Amino acid sequence: MTVATPPEIQSAVPRLQPSGWIRYFSFSVDHKVIGLQYLVCGFAFYLVGGALAGAIRTELASPVSDFMARDVYNQVLTLHGTVMIFLWIVPVVNGAFGNYLIPFYVGARDMAFPRLNAVAFWLIPPAGLMLISSYFLTGAAQSGWTAYPPLSITTPAAGQVIWILSVLLLGGSSIFGGINFIATILKLRRPGLKLMQLPMYCWAMLGTSILVVLSTPVLAGTLVLLSFDIVAHTGFFNPGLGGNVVVYQHLFWFYSHPAVYIMVLPAFGLVSEILPVHARKPLFGYVTMVYSIMAIVGLGLIVWAHHMFTSGTPPWMRLFFTIATAFIAVPTGIKFFNWLATIWGGRINLNSAMLFSCGFIVNFVLGGITGVALAQVPFDIHVHDTYFVVAHFHYIVFGGSVFVVFASVYHWYPKFTGRMLHEGLGRLHCALTFIGFNLCFGPQHWLGLNGMPRRVAEYDPQFTLINQISSVGALLMAVSTLPFLWNVVQSAISGPLAGDNPWNALTPEWLTTSPPPVENWVGEAPLVEEPYGYGVPIDQLDLAATSGRDLWSSGK
Amino acid sequence: MQIPSAIVTLILGMVLVLGGLWIGQTINLLPVGASANAPIYDELFQVLFTIGAILFIGIVGLLVFSLIRFRRRNDQLGDGIAIEGNLPLEIFWTAVPAVVILFVGLYSYDIYDRMGGMVPLGHEGMAHHAMADNGDERIWGGLSSKAVDGEAMPLPVEVTAMQFAFLFHYPEGDITAGELHVPANRPVTLRMEAKDVIHAFWVPEFRIKQDVIPGQPTQLSFTATRPGSYPIVCAELCGPYHGGMRSTVVVDEPEVWEAWFSSNAKSDDSTTT
Amino acid sequence: MTSTISQASDEASSEVSSDHGHEEHGDFRMFGLATFLVADAMTFAGFFAAYLTFKAVNPLPEGAIFELELPLPILNTVLLLVSSATFHKAGQAIRQGDNGRCRRWLLISAGLGIAFLASQMVEYFTLPFGLADNLYASTFYAATGFHGLHVTLGALMILIVWWQARPEGGRITAEDHFPLEAAELYWHFVDGIWVVLFVILYLL
Ligand code: HEM
Ligand SMILES: [Cu+2]
Ligand SMILES: [Cu+2]
Repeated sequence: MTVATPPEIQSAVPRLQPSGWIRYFSFSVDHKVIGLQYLVCGFAFYLVGGALAGAIRTELASPVSDFMARDVYNQVLTLHGTVMIFLWIVPVVNGAFGNYLIPFYVGARDMAFPRLNAVAFWLIPPAGLMLISSYFLTGAAQSGWTAYPPLSITTPAAGQVIWILSVLLLGGSSIFGGINFIATILKLRRPGLKLMQLPMYCWAMLGTSILVVLSTPVLAGTLVLLSFDIVAHTGFFNPGLGGNVVVYQHLFWFYSHPAVYIMVLPAFGLVSEILPVHARKPLFGYVTMVYSIMAIVGLGLIVWAHHMFTSGTPPWMRLFFTIATAFIAVPTGIKFFNWLATIWGGRINLNSAMLFSCGFIVNFVLGGITGVALAQVPFDIHVHDTYFVVAHFHYIVFGGSVFVVFASVYHWYPKFTGRMLHEGLGRLHCALTFIGFNLCFGPQHWLGLNGMPRRVAEYDPQFTLINQISSVGALLMAVSTLPFLWNVVQSAISGPLAGDNPWNALTPEWLTTSPPPVENWVGEAPLVEEPYGYGVPIDQLDLAATSGRDLWSSGK
Repeated sequence: MQIPSAIVTLILGMVLVLGGLWIGQTINLLPVGASANAPIYDELFQVLFTIGAILFIGIVGLLVFSLIRFRRRNDQLGDGIAIEGNLPLEIFWTAVPAVVILFVGLYSYDIYDRMGGMVPLGHEGMAHHAMADNGDERIWGGLSSKAVDGEAMPLPVEVTAMQFAFLFHYPEGDITAGELHVPANRPVTLRMEAKDVIHAFWVPEFRIKQDVIPGQPTQLSFTATRPGSYPIVCAELCGPYHGGMRSTVVVDEPEVWEAWFSSNAKSDDSTTT
Repeated sequence: MTSTISQASDEASSEVSSDHGHEEHGDFRMFGLATFLVADAMTFAGFFAAYLTFKAVNPLPEGAIFELELPLPILNTVLLLVSSATFHKAGQAIRQGDNGRCRRWLLISAGLGIAFLASQMVEYFTLPFGLADNLYASTFYAATGFHGLHVTLGALMILIVWWQARPEGGRITAEDHFPLEAAELYWHFVDGIWVVLFVILYLL
């Protein structure tokens, strides 16, 4: 069966959808086009957010407020956080890879609701542009990405209202996406494909989408109430009018802690796809992986008040949320041990995708350890709202999710474009990012422990040196994107051809051409019952050639 | 001679644990401790740091080892071994972290209890001190002092936070000050409320922090132990000058503090002020 | 085979299931709608949680306590419950292929919905407090207003379905009536929310 169609038939089909490069700027309903739209758009916003971070680190290179005005600093800080979370990580780990991969994984030709999918994507650029333009038009919001009242009620209203509107749009986009993923995974599976045969990323996206659907609407409702307080002078969160500011915090974190998992669960899923391919081994412990994802989803919904240990919370509440939070470490730990077991005894190809994935493991383990520490109330009472927390969550979202995004780009780029990336540049990118990242955020643990609060434009001069080290790390990270940008652009034009399956992978997206045709497969979708069926069975190992060490490592 | 792998593992594990203990004992990342809370906190920190170091070094070591040991050599073509799981192993690494977490949780509960965290809030008998009007008001969060019988009455101080300063008021002498003066080795109870937006009262050397919230009074108790001056830092974003919102807590020897107090007190002889 | 390699046209891809005869899937559109309604319910849950918390921990100052009148809201509850039943009748009618009867029931349901909105308006104008008067007033208006928005949307949807169910040239038939089923599920959902809201806001 070939793709060749007589030209007259092709032109007889009315072309409602543009083709060629122009389709990436159109209201395309092809899930692969939408996935790449998410990816490229998200990356553009990443550059914006990175520039804002650069401004922050420049200000902090000296202990006095000298680089920008103090209220501008707070605007930059707020924009940085909002852009990075709502316009980069959430759209990319969910929207980009989810849209590109999930239909392949369930053996479908598209998502369940292609048009809703396009709508969800096209909400993002206007919302993002609106958010950023608020800086130039009215002054951006300056109450942090958490927008705690009463500060958010008393700072200039225009910027805050625009902030609320764009977050509402982005939340809507995320909910539409979540509904689409749930329906696609549960209802659009190819006949004969069982749930427990799905690649792990499907489970991660199912869990994530459940969190999106359950928690994002609460944030939306809360922000509507907040905007009433600002615009209509109601008093929900305004103590001057009898309101209660702590209720906002509860509602906000009811979304925003799960949001943390909305940012990392998909990354967990992506790593579970990448490691087996490059280690040439099956994913270790598939079933426990699935259960731990679901455990994380369930627990993730009942731990929100660990962000409020120093707020107006009574002792029993502090205690309950300590225990619930600490226990998330158990399913998370299972996943990490399973990944280590996956690469143990493999034939590991140390390419950029693999190296970024291992960088993710190192960083996330550190972020997870500090996370368990932060979950202990007495520990958190000292370091809450300090640079220690800044370090912690950057180890999670940057060291975790961003590293995985890069690993995924190196892994799936051949599929996206049909061409290979340059390995040397990829490793250079990985090394620079890893060193820069740890130089930037590692020392911040010490800053927080020793008395530097977060969200400040000026600080005690005794912290100058460490802050300068941190800023150098940030500079290194900025530099590290250059080889990456050069690599993706140059390889798209003249990289070596990849072929359909350069990694010899077994998951369904590799069982078609690179890039894939519009409806994913010519002919029937393949039925992949063992997406991780790599490896040589133990009894076929050449026993004469194995040492005792090899047997030990195989678990016998 | 081939050393059995079980023994290698055992030795490595012991080295790892000893190394972690050594790191936890010797590396100090915290500033000086100046309150009764600080040594308790530092104890918890040491335990968490030790466990964290063992876990981190163990996992990263394992990862780096596998990457080197199992990297694909140029002449290798085939796959790794097809192991899809190992139930006992998976049960093992579910149970062990669960036990560790449980231990850490119980231990930190004990620490929190020793810091006074589980004492009901607002039961300070502050009503005795010229605060009859709001003596039984609701306290929304914070730390109570674990008033041991026979100990000195906690010194009450009212803290007002506003953009961008802290104000301290001593109801007992009707003193208002921009710096907090406290005697060493006597419990102090701060009753805190904000005028405009949320702030947070943090003294890194005391290892305590509490949000200061408009409309919702909070409380913070501590016993300073080490005379000196320490920074008070606002730790909740409160506006453009948040980074400059700092003050000082001066811990004095009791006699020195007594002198400061009586020279500033308004109630008996207002001439001294 | 041409269909699989042709450009995914707008028309075709809106219903993947009908586009590819060889890959039959059940109707997942209802499933998608139900998922959306779960999300919608969480928004209400947020409002209710806020209201109950305010009520528990932020007592109103003396003299600002008010009792809500019950007769009008009880009438509203009855209106909505009856409209759910009439909508159910419309669904039964279409399944029997009786578009005329179906449309009559639809009109009655929409009428009941609009009557609900009118009576809600009457209540708003007779209440002794305004949106920004105090915490409970604000939460009351936010929750009922958001619900009213849902009823408005629902009534519009019913009218659209009514139009689509016209015997000549309408797209809703005994065999294919997804818009009607979707509107019906949505309408029952809005009624259910009202019952919860009624208990929490008026009775508790
Ligand atoms: C999984 C990805 C994670 C992300 C993206 C993440 C992100 C964050 C962020 C943004 C904050 C700062 C909140 C603020 O603005 O004050 C935070 C704080 C916190 N995180 Fe995480 N976190 C993650 C994982 C974890 C884990 C695994 C734990 C514990 C098991 C944890 C426990 C905490 C605690 C207790 C806090 C409160 C610290 C404080 O506010 O003082 N987090 N996290
Ligand atoms: Cu959280
Ligand atoms: Cu502040």
